[in-house]
Amino acid sequence: MKDLVRVSGLRVVAPNDSGEEQIIVKDVSFSIRQGEVLALIGESGSGKTTIALALMGYARGGLRIAAGSVQIGATAVLSLGAQGLSQLRGRQVAYIAQSAAAAFNPAKSIMDQVIEGARIHGVMTRGVAEAKAIELFRSLALPAPEEIGRRYPHEVSGGQLQRLMAAMALITDPELVILDEPTTALDVTTQIEVLRAFKQVVRNRNTTAVYVSHDLAVVAQIADHIAVLNHGEICECGPAGQILDTPCDSYTQTLMAAARPVVRSARSPDAGEKPAAPPLLAIDGLTAGYGRRDRHGLPNKLVLRDISLTLQRGAALGVIGESGSGKSTLARVIAGLIAPAGGTVQFDGAPLAPGLEQRTREQLRRIQIVFQNADTALNPAHTVARTLGRPLSQYHGLRGHVREKRIAELMDRVRLPAALMQRRCVELSGGQKQRINLARALAAEPDLILCDEVTSALDTVVAAAILDLMAELRRELNVSYLLISHDIATVRSLCDDVLVLYAGCKVESTSRQALSVAPSHPYTDLLVESVPELRRGWLEEVAPAVQLPPVGASSGALGLCTFLRRCPVRIDGVCNVEPPSRIVTRNGKQILCHHSDEELQHMCKLVPLDANRPEGSAPERPV
Amino acid sequence: MSTPVVSDQQPAPQGVVHRVRVPGRRPNRLSIAGLVGSAMVIFWLLVALLGPLLAPHGVGAIVADDSFAPMTVQFPLGSDYLGRDVLSRILYGARYTVGLALAAALLASTAGTALGLFATVSGRWIDETLSRLLDALTCIPSKIFALVMVAGFGSSVPLLILTAALSYLPGAYRIARSLAVNLNMMEYVEVARARGEGRAQIACFEILPNMIHPMLADFGLRFVFVVLLLSGLSFLGLGVQPPAADLGSLVRENISGLADGSPAVIMPALAIATLTIGVNLLIDSLPGRTRRLTQGALR
Repeated sequence: MKDLVRVSGLRVVAPNDSGEEQIIVKDVSFSIRQGEVLALIGESGSGKTTIALALMGYARGGLRIAAGSVQIGATAVLSLGAQGLSQLRGRQVAYIAQSAAAAFNPAKSIMDQVIEGARIHGVMTRGVAEAKAIELFRSLALPAPEEIGRRYPHEVSGGQLQRLMAAMALITDPELVILDEPTTALDVTTQIEVLRAFKQVVRNRNTTAVYVSHDLAVVAQIADHIAVLNHGEICECGPAGQILDTPCDSYTQTLMAAARPVVRSARSPDAGEKPAAPPLLAIDGLTAGYGRRDRHGLPNKLVLRDISLTLQRGAALGVIGESGSGKSTLARVIAGLIAPAGGTVQFDGAPLAPGLEQRTREQLRRIQIVFQNADTALNPAHTVARTLGRPLSQYHGLRGHVREKRIAELMDRVRLPAALMQRRCVELSGGQKQRINLARALAAEPDLILCDEVTSALDTVVAAAILDLMAELRRELNVSYLLISHDIATVRSLCDDVLVLYAGCKVESTSRQALSVAPSHPYTDLLVESVPELRRGWLEEVAPAVQLPPVGASSGALGLCTFLRRCPVRIDGVCNVEPPSRIVTRNGKQILCHHSDEELQHMCKLVPLDANRPEGSAPERPV
Repeated sequence: MSTPVVSDQQPAPQGVVHRVRVPGRRPNRLSIAGLVGSAMVIFWLLVALLGPLLAPHGVGAIVADDSFAPMTVQFPLGSDYLGRDVLSRILYGARYTVGLALAAALLASTAGTALGLFATVSGRWIDETLSRLLDALTCIPSKIFALVMVAGFGSSVPLLILTAALSYLPGAYRIARSLAVNLNMMEYVEVARARGEGRAQIACFEILPNMIHPMLADFGLRFVFVVLLLSGLSFLGLGVQPPAADLGSLVRENISGLADGSPAVIMPALAIATLTIGVNLLIDSLPGRTRRLTQGALR
């Protein structure tokens, strides 16, 4: 097989603030053989997307391709003029972007957009193109392939849109397809379907592809070769198996180490299980939502239904669920930003008022919230000192020198040099910002920190460092965490107990150890099964989605199982008619399901309760 | 239960902290455009302050023999339609334009921003009431409004300032409110609210610093509008009363000299142009504009 793509000495530069040219991509060379998938992996800022775009002869605003050559088939891409490039793009080379939602035009039907590339290049007539698109929809396992093209982008789900974008890219049978983080924005349960569809299409059509990602586990499933990038340079490039199993470069090893799940948990043995102390946080029957309230006081759009949980002092509770499951709303209700519609919230034995105005300053101080995106959670107009200083003077009345000293202490706590104190927050890196974000919460000396996806926006290595820091703070300061995440590995690494939310309902609550042990709720089962593992061949081993058992129309009763629509073990005449009840299983889980403990044990694809566990630690709380 | 893997990673945070290159805090120095702009603004401020002292002739003194005289050594900027010295008239007139327009634009922008912030943090009812009231004010044409005010209360400098400020307040309010409403949804504002910060604190320290720059740009525009409104009023004889004249009325009164290419009409026009361009150049290059670029570089 010959090389289809050959890149040599590629150098991309950008002028920095002082006008000097900064090298973004340093003399990168690689080649891809016909029909192979090369993964470019690295942290954000490592130049992976820049390289991918350079393959199409494109440099983003402010960047310039300074040197090197890109050869695709017989075409020397970098020597093409504007017209040559527009001939190339979408015809020879196609691009699949990270956010399909942003890449589709909401005003045009999907079919029009999918066949646009073929029409622009005039390679086929409308009828032929549409037939081909429908064939692609079918091979990408999209539902109703004949009809889906007539819909508009907002009428299909995120995962479907991502696959439709793949169809858009493949319509002209390009020689090279560039996939730029195509599954990063998706939930794990959707990601696995999209990955499977991509892989099948790539294999069947013998497509050559470049797969850009930061996620090693995803890359392990799809790539033949992997190139590891760090600061615009290739650290290591080789067959996927070699990179994953025996990485040579030290940076690759760091990356691998950060990607492997680690348990940082650590309720210090003496701190836990103090008898009879009231729980720090106890929520009972909480209901919340947005919009106008109806006659029964229920909001128009109900986001959380009947949530109950308890959190002990010094403990960490994880809340898992996919986007839209109501995780963030839960944190906002506890913080007082949204008033609940029903239920009670008790904090340290005393009821917590629904709104901020009715809460005491002391209660506000003791509960702090840390948001996901440090870019929007830190005021860009403020310096680090001002950001950290405000809660200090507000809650503790610190002024002047004392405050300065305390700010330096806090920065030391989160391992930032005090020299950054006078910087504005926008001038820091992502990991530094997230540390400031944490430090601001710590400044209040809280008992409970609500962490809303604190590591989701960070690179693996940086996220691992933040999680280490959080575990350390918990050990030393005995703070409690309510950790909200869509990422099971994050929750598992830090939390003692886990709550699984689906569409605003608590479908399961479990200890960390029992999370991936059967029996469990069908949704938890699906969720845990869908997390990619860092080894090749995992995707093939995971059982593909089964045909869902048919159910009749829903009875519309209040409190029906929210997972009904996707449940692989639903029972017609039961699940769509009556609300499920909460059962307690033998491994101490609380599950909201019609099936019994025994039935779930058999249905789950997870490791059964008694089997050997890879972690080596037996469940702490078996019944 | 901290496993060896955790301790292996301990150096990582340090590495992260030091490896990521953060652009240094840029000194708040103005760009070349900003320097030119501030030079122009300072020049006009000085003229406004010291103009009458420097003027070779009185503001109403008819000193030249013929009207629309060209530039000579005696009359460096020529003479106007009555034979008065244009240089002296500009030196006197700058005071009105700079003072009146600056005061009115400042008043409009400050009040608009303050009301916009107040409406944003005060909840629905106050917001709705204020917005509708100011919407009503928007639909009165500014010239007609000024005419009514002058007819009712007589022309005086404080009244002109107030009239101009009131005409341009609703626009400033609209822009301030729409900026503030968006910023009010940001997570850092939510964090501040969850921390128990008061409304004034949130408005002044969390929201305002992030909208100050667009508001300054808006102020630059409003300044130009006010200059035009005042010139219009002066033309109708309702603005600054003769023989005193602001720069706008100098253009208007000498408009018939345009056919002859008389400096009497070009010079005051140039004066207005340099003043407004200077103000806008200065505002556009204020530090803070660079923030967006910095963010882009960090992405």
